[in-house]
Amino acid sequence: MTIEIINLFKKFNRHSVLQGVNLTIRDGETMVIIGRSGCGKSVLLKHIIGLIRPDEGQVIVGGQEISRMNGADLNQLRLKFGMLFQGAALFDSLTVGENVAFPLREHTAMSDDKIQAKVKECLGWVGLAGIEHLKPAELSGGMRKRVGLARALAMQPRVILYDEPTTGVDPIMADTINRLIVELHDRFKVTGIVVTHDMTSAYRVGDRIAMLHEGRIAQVGTVEEIRSTNQPVVRQFILGMSENGGG
Amino acid sequence: MRATEFMNERFLEPLGEASLTFFTYVGGSVLLLGRTAWGVLMLPWGRWGLQMVTPWRWKELAQDRRWGLIADQLDKVGVASFPIVFLTALFTGMVLALQSAYQLQKMAAETYIGALVALSMTRELGPVLTALVIAGRVGAAITAELATMRVTEQIDALETLSTDPVRHLSVPRMVALVIMLPLLTVYADMIGILGGYLVGVYKLGIGSSLYMNMTWDPLRVKDVLTGLLKSGVFAAIIGTIASYEGFETGGGAEGVGRSTTLAVVISFILIITADCFFTALFYFVFP
Repeated sequence: MTIEIINLFKKFNRHSVLQGVNLTIRDGETMVIIGRSGCGKSVLLKHIIGLIRPDEGQVIVGGQEISRMNGADLNQLRLKFGMLFQGAALFDSLTVGENVAFPLREHTAMSDDKIQAKVKECLGWVGLAGIEHLKPAELSGGMRKRVGLARALAMQPRVILYDEPTTGVDPIMADTINRLIVELHDRFKVTGIVVTHDMTSAYRVGDRIAMLHEGRIAQVGTVEEIRSTNQPVVRQFILGMSENGGG
Repeated sequence: MRATEFMNERFLEPLGEASLTFFTYVGGSVLLLGRTAWGVLMLPWGRWGLQMVTPWRWKELAQDRRWGLIADQLDKVGVASFPIVFLTALFTGMVLALQSAYQLQKMAAETYIGALVALSMTRELGPVLTALVIAGRVGAAITAELATMRVTEQIDALETLSTDPVRHLSVPRMVALVIMLPLLTVYADMIGILGGYLVGVYKLGIGSSLYMNMTWDPLRVKDVLTGLLKSGVFAAIIGTIASYEGFETGGGAEGVGRSTTLAVVISFILIITADCFFTALFYFVFP
């Protein structure tokens, strides 16, 4: 599904976060959105799935304007999405198995046996088979993120949104998560949108990279184009230089 | 020119902002109450809402997972609250009997203690004290739980999984409160009367059957019913404010704490205000 973001503006209280974002994400590609902490990357991601309404502008998903949808229509469209949250956002009152089964129980008429089989398949896919009975509180950060990914995959979404998938996990776990993102892209042809400030991850998983700076997209390009960019703000970010010299 | 600017900055702008905050709160909580009430009304239609317009299809109804959520909440809200309501009501009944004994003994009218305790408990103290206890115990817990879910993005996650947080979280809690608070109130009425009886009979020496007669004779069905009607309203207040504060929280752990405090404070104020309103209504309009 193609996703078009057209002239998006968003203010919180008096603080402008998005100031005219324009971005098109093609069907089947993985788009990485980079930018400094607090620049509105997550806010942009939440606009795409309709969790936040824009002040101005549109988000169009597969021809439907999600930024104006409500109720049943919105829920119908959201079934095509999966989202991995920064802190995984697992329901802590439920076990791991119940978390992954949640969308299946809510939205399908599958029998219990089939649901259990599907849960097993999803957990096996992220490398965590056999932990259905554990509670989220008993898991490490990286395991939680992978369970969150398994839950997002349960309904076989067409678009997956990743909010800082590698933040707060060790480098080896980060690589595991990156590999899963690439595999999803290659094997299932899902459209992916990854918000991150981890450049290793961005280069590894992205087809294209967009840099969000001061509420606008500063540059969009392929990984190679971004690596060899001449734009000062993008260069400064990807090389990790602070304002006063360095690098 | 300077004077108007001063006026604007120091007076009109803060006033405007304060009234905006106030009306956002009122509007938001009334809207949440409406959506929750609609969700409760739609329960017999099963989880698909109006898409399946035949009510009471047992098979689909039985599959609605929210019955399980409601059962959970009935336990948390109601069953778990019996001990604290027992203690509160028992001691209130005892204190009421003792305090009124001071005055009534002067006129040798101790026998009226039974009537005084029974009427105060059923009409006023039973519903109000139970509501305040439940607002503190259950309302705070609801806000803390929902607010934590909000700051850890679990409510966003529910939405991305195409599940309405109001139907999934508010509705079961509201149903549980509206069923359980009146039941707890009846229980508090009885325990309060028992407390008065213990003091009246074993401490003040009023005859047991006399005390019981003085309890039941003046008591009318209306006394109990108005109390229960009030407690239904209090339940709706607690459910709405607790859920609204939970959903609208922000700012991490500090925000969760602030919302929880606010939920209890605002529920208390609204319960007392609504109590005053309904008492006046029954006094003046439906005597």
